[in-house]
Amino acid sequence: MAVLLIAEHNNKELRPFTLNAATAASQIDGDVHAVIIGQNSAEAAKQLSELPVVKKVLSVEAAHYENFTAENFAPVIVKLAENYSHIVCSANTFGKNLMPRIAAHLDTSQVSDIIKVISPDTFLRPIYAGNAFATIKSNDAKKCVTIRPTSFDPCDSSGGSAPIEKVDAGEEFSNTKFVKREEIKSDRPELGTARIVVSGGRGMQSGDNFKLITEVADKLGAAIGASRAAVDAGYISNDHQVGQTGKVVVPDLYIAIGISGAIQHLAGMKESKIIVAINKDGEAPIFSVADYGLEADLFEAIPQFMEELNKLNTIQK
Amino acid sequence: MKILVAVKRVIDYNVQIRVKEDGTGVVTDNVKMSTNPPDDNAIEEAVKIKEAGKATEVVAITVGEEKAQETVRKALAVGADRGIHVKADGILEPLAVSKILKKIVEKEKPDLVFMGKQAIDDDCNQTGQMLSALLNWPQATFASKIEVKDNKLEVTREIDEGLETIEINVPAIVTCDLRLNEPRYASLPNIMKAKKKPIEEIAASDLGVDVSPRLEQLKVEEPPKRKAGIKVANVAELVQKLKNEAKVI
Repeated sequence: MAVLLIAEHNNKELRPFTLNAATAASQIDGDVHAVIIGQNSAEAAKQLSELPVVKKVLSVEAAHYENFTAENFAPVIVKLAENYSHIVCSANTFGKNLMPRIAAHLDTSQVSDIIKVISPDTFLRPIYAGNAFATIKSNDAKKCVTIRPTSFDPCDSSGGSAPIEKVDAGEEFSNTKFVKREEIKSDRPELGTARIVVSGGRGMQSGDNFKLITEVADKLGAAIGASRAAVDAGYISNDHQVGQTGKVVVPDLYIAIGISGAIQHLAGMKESKIIVAINKDGEAPIFSVADYGLEADLFEAIPQFMEELNKLNTIQK
Repeated sequence: MKILVAVKRVIDYNVQIRVKEDGTGVVTDNVKMSTNPPDDNAIEEAVKIKEAGKATEVVAITVGEEKAQETVRKALAVGADRGIHVKADGILEPLAVSKILKKIVEKEKPDLVFMGKQAIDDDCNQTGQMLSALLNWPQATFASKIEVKDNKLEVTREIDEGLETIEINVPAIVTCDLRLNEPRYASLPNIMKAKKKPIEEIAASDLGVDVSPRLEQLKVEEPPKRKAGIKVANVAELVQKLKNEAKVI
């Protein structure tokens, strides 16, 4: 039986991690169908049909799907599930919210946040904030799997031409009403997919001082991250949080400034290719994962860092 | 309004996890255990709602082995009125826990069920959503703000793109984010008082639900170690290394 991928989108276009989830789905079984549930989401459905790994697109549209409410989405997918061996989605807040609702309806034990497909029924997943890796075999007839997007490469986004099939909408769940969404708009690369991430922690001491992080990020074309301590202290908004319960990032370069490196933060960034730590406490745990550590007062080091960057003829973007 | 709050006993968040040499799991013997951190936020929020006069009773529940009862006792010490301990040994998957909680919900008839958004041991992030599905109740996951309005809740949720606000009718499930509130510490007099609060013990086997595992944990291993890095003397050396050695800028 084929694998059903749940597309994440904003009604206009696919959200980027759908491509990573599609890769994971195709590693489970080559026959991947994708379902897109939304309102006026034809353009996103078309993008989905162009992914070469997707063999068929199921499109479900209704006004009550506009805001991705799990209570409305789950019954649609449960109904489709009879034709599929696996249901797959990204383990970001969209998939985390939705998939367990589907799994419970199917009486299936979900496998969350996998980082590797070992076989169609066996997966590798981090536990204890990534301090251990567990190999899990699912004995359920239908498998519900969420995937850690940064552990799978995005699939090609063009060249495919899967047929798009309309599927009837389900009923509206009337006890949950969407009120509003406050999205933080930014011209910067997205934190989850950026090549370089510059993160600040409690050592920044104030929201104002985060301007220093912004300057470095601007110079390097980087996304801005933060530790939970910095978010809790109100220096920066929650969508920047990197860690066990925030975002997991795997950039080519992660620069941690004024971050001590609590286990919970390391869980979100320690797979980065190159890690730089700037901290005045030489004993800070962040240095244990850093490729390059600089023991220095960040308020002196950041201006010097900017100066040195300005001396370079070229900076990779 | 009656609030049921589910709490889980896990390895304390400050403990450095060690993987057992035989690959069967992580070391839990002689390791400090605590309440799962966001479950503390769930208890705190329920108690605050009661203190504001908007709830009449807060019941703390845990599912697990004998010692799991400590987490219920702790909840009682910070303001829960009574406790329930569903006794069960061995690995319980979120699906099994949600089936047990459903049985308790049918008996207790709470208006709200709160719990942490994720347990920091298995990092599954499933139980609240599954319980909500089994009950066909609304779910508000990753809550960072809750406002009680008659028979409705307005909940602000932390999502990848920022914040989302939804309105849900009770009965409902809320899973709590660490930013929801600042959990209080139990005072000594309250710890003493909590010892007198009742905890009902129920055997999971008496609830008539199938809790047998569906997943096999074939192996637990240490993640690949990062090779040790170096300390650089100054910023100039750092930038030179990034440019010429790591070639990332």
